[in-house]
Amino acid sequence: MDMPLPDATILSRRAEIVARLRNVLPADAVIDDPVETRAYECDGLAAYRCPPLAVVLPRSTAEVAAALQVCHALGVPVVPRGSGTSLSGGALPTADSVILGLARMNRVLEVSYDDRFIRVEAGRTNLSVTGAVEAEGFFYAPDPSSQLACAIAGNVAMNSGGAHCLKYGVTTNNLLGVTLVQMDGSVVELGGAQMDAGGLDLLGVVCGSEGQLGVVTEATLRILPKPEGARPVLIAFDANEVAGACVADIIKAGVLPVAIEFMDRPCIRACEDFAHAGYPDCEALLIVEVEGADPEIDEQLGLIRQIAARHHPIEFRESASEEEAKKIWLGRKSAFGAMGQINDYMCLDGTIPVSALPEVLRRIGEMSRAVGLDVANVFHAGDGNMHPLILFDANKPGDLEKCETLGAEILKLCVEVGGCLTGEHGVGIEKRDLMGVQYSGADMEAQMRVKDVFDPAWLLNPAKVFPLAASAARRGG
Amino acid sequence: MSISSEEELAAVIRGTTVPFRIKGGGTRDVGRPGAGEALDVSGIAGIRLYEPGALTLVAAAGTPLAEVEAVLAAEGQRLAFEPADWRGLLGTAGEPTLGGMVAANVSGPRRVQAGACRDALLGVRFVDGTGTVVKNGGRVMKNVTGYDLVKLMAGSWGTLGVLTEVSLKVLPAPEAAAVLVLDGLDEARAVRAMTAALGSPFDVTGAAHGDMGTVVRIEGFAQSVAYRAERLASLLATVGPVRVERDARSAAALWCAVRDVAPFHEVPGDVWRLSVRPSEATALVARAWQVAGARGALYDWGGGLVWLLLPEGEDLRARLGPFNGHATLFRADAATRTRIAAFPPEPAPVAALAAGIRAKFDPRGILNPGLMG
Repeated sequence: MDMPLPDATILSRRAEIVARLRNVLPADAVIDDPVETRAYECDGLAAYRCPPLAVVLPRSTAEVAAALQVCHALGVPVVPRGSGTSLSGGALPTADSVILGLARMNRVLEVSYDDRFIRVEAGRTNLSVTGAVEAEGFFYAPDPSSQLACAIAGNVAMNSGGAHCLKYGVTTNNLLGVTLVQMDGSVVELGGAQMDAGGLDLLGVVCGSEGQLGVVTEATLRILPKPEGARPVLIAFDANEVAGACVADIIKAGVLPVAIEFMDRPCIRACEDFAHAGYPDCEALLIVEVEGADPEIDEQLGLIRQIAARHHPIEFRESASEEEAKKIWLGRKSAFGAMGQINDYMCLDGTIPVSALPEVLRRIGEMSRAVGLDVANVFHAGDGNMHPLILFDANKPGDLEKCETLGAEILKLCVEVGGCLTGEHGVGIEKRDLMGVQYSGADMEAQMRVKDVFDPAWLLNPAKVFPLAASAARRGG
Repeated sequence: MSISSEEELAAVIRGTTVPFRIKGGGTRDVGRPGAGEALDVSGIAGIRLYEPGALTLVAAAGTPLAEVEAVLAAEGQRLAFEPADWRGLLGTAGEPTLGGMVAANVSGPRRVQAGACRDALLGVRFVDGTGTVVKNGGRVMKNVTGYDLVKLMAGSWGTLGVLTEVSLKVLPAPEAAAVLVLDGLDEARAVRAMTAALGSPFDVTGAAHGDMGTVVRIEGFAQSVAYRAERLASLLATVGPVRVERDARSAAALWCAVRDVAPFHEVPGDVWRLSVRPSEATALVARAWQVAGARGALYDWGGGLVWLLLPEGEDLRARLGPFNGHATLFRADAATRTRIAAFPPEPAPVAALAAGIRAKFDPRGILNPGLMG
């Protein structure tokens, strides 16, 4: 993975840049000690690291604007950072960039239960948004696995999803408005507490723009009344194809579970060794969760049981208690931890049409055997968002490269069957050079023209999303 | 001029020296009237792919909405965002198309629960103002690959590009529905009832108020609907007497009337559309009666959307002054729509961004110029 060479002029002006930032920000909001800036050298894609020129940690929209004005005036690239949990390198610095971290902006600004929204500073973590409203029986729906740590700013930048988005949608479907600071320091309000845009839906294009159009400092989020209850079932099958067909039948029947999670044998085995959830010995298992009051849950699960029975499952396990429900989720929720214990792994997140599931799983199996690296699959089956985990050994020379090649092949396969490169993690640097597989030059040009409008000098998170060659002219070579 | 393929459309746009008014079914005549040659793109039509098990449908933009709805109904599915038919309200004729629906981001009462048209839109193909074909998004539910131009195109009224193909998420049609009706509530109590319903865990899929009373909809499996209707009825009984309408046909007719703003069909007067906070809706409407002589109001989205009937030629925005939300002049004669901006004027920095985007996508200003202001 290449990153552009740092601008030598900027590196040589480091002291001046830091001094100018200190002029406009409180003393503790600017970090330039190399020991401390090292803490910001990577995000959740830890294979790539580079300490930034400096780090700023503003406490208000005004301070964000002041910092951006300085960087804009001096032509210094800025990499916005929420909590640094990106899995695609979205917050990876370059040596000539300033990291703008939002961690100190985490207040709740306004809550209206009557109008069903909450306005927060964007450094607030995802889970603590729900924490602020759950006493009144409300919650914030998007639930990325990193929700304990990840910030709303990053969720907006990446349009994050989660396990429950089959029913509730992803960030963009739950975002009503933002305060956006543009690279030149000007502040705009997009959207609001109302449910639609009066003019062009600029909010819609800011969400998911990976921090390239502006820095989101505040967000107005839709909150929803919590359902009365939820219950999962576990369904085990002796073939991936059968499990895939069962998923399609459940959806076709009109049941809309809040989650349908799929695990294949390598994943089940690893989770079982790690978490001892008591999963059956099988080729594929589904965890299906439905919501409502008890009689509603019984009605939906009755239907799911009938549908599953047509596919002759090895086991259909219901949960009679909170404890049993937790046990069903236990293995799935520890999947990534389990993988991390066995191996280094790379987590992909291409999305495919649900109908292509059996074929894609079969071909991933073939590709995995050909390369000699194991692949475990755990994913959101209801919406086709795959999470193949490629296992490799970072200490073995050549293994990372082999893994990246296999990853690229799998993502190309996702696009080939009618899907896309990334369903919820974002392009970042990780999938940047694969953009051409999904989009033509004209398609990417249309996207880059949007950045030209918001950030004409291409200073915000510049070397991400688009292949370096495609954006070179705009980035100034 | 009539166009029947994307390639032809691209060539025509590349070669033009005059601006175009883009026309699908011609049923959504909203916005500032302007000069330009009519460009009929309803010939780019046909369903390209429909996978009920994947809840996705891909169709050319000129495909009639009615055709799509019939195909979905045959599989027990539907467009969950409940797109309105504006022919009655706007006095237009013709056949609504998918492209027009997306270009206007048409979302009905179920917006509160299932999202807007833009939320169900998975992908688009369009020809921009330079005659270049662009695709964005795709046909899968979750897709964060590159920028989301899909949302940008929804509700851009043909000013950024001419849609040629759209991919939509569809949903199963429910087995049963029930409507709770509260008669005779004043507007403040009506909004209180709708707010209580939408803040409950009973998954309300519509909440509206007007001359037909205050109505709240529940949909789903039969037992579940029965359970929730009962719970919700007792919750709302604190606001006023509740009756439950279970007849599917009359319930459907009732929500069609809300969706299509039927109370204002064939009634003289301008129609304004307000997108507001429900908690501020009634005070705003009361002021509209007072300062602008409003003659009727229909509340949808639990009070988040208000349709107002006003005397012709009134500038509601000027009368109301600033408020949280925005107002669109939806129906008025051409002279009024030329004099008063149909779409809400934006603060200068937002307007500058919108103008910048238009200049990039349509540098010659040939696609519905001026329609959005």
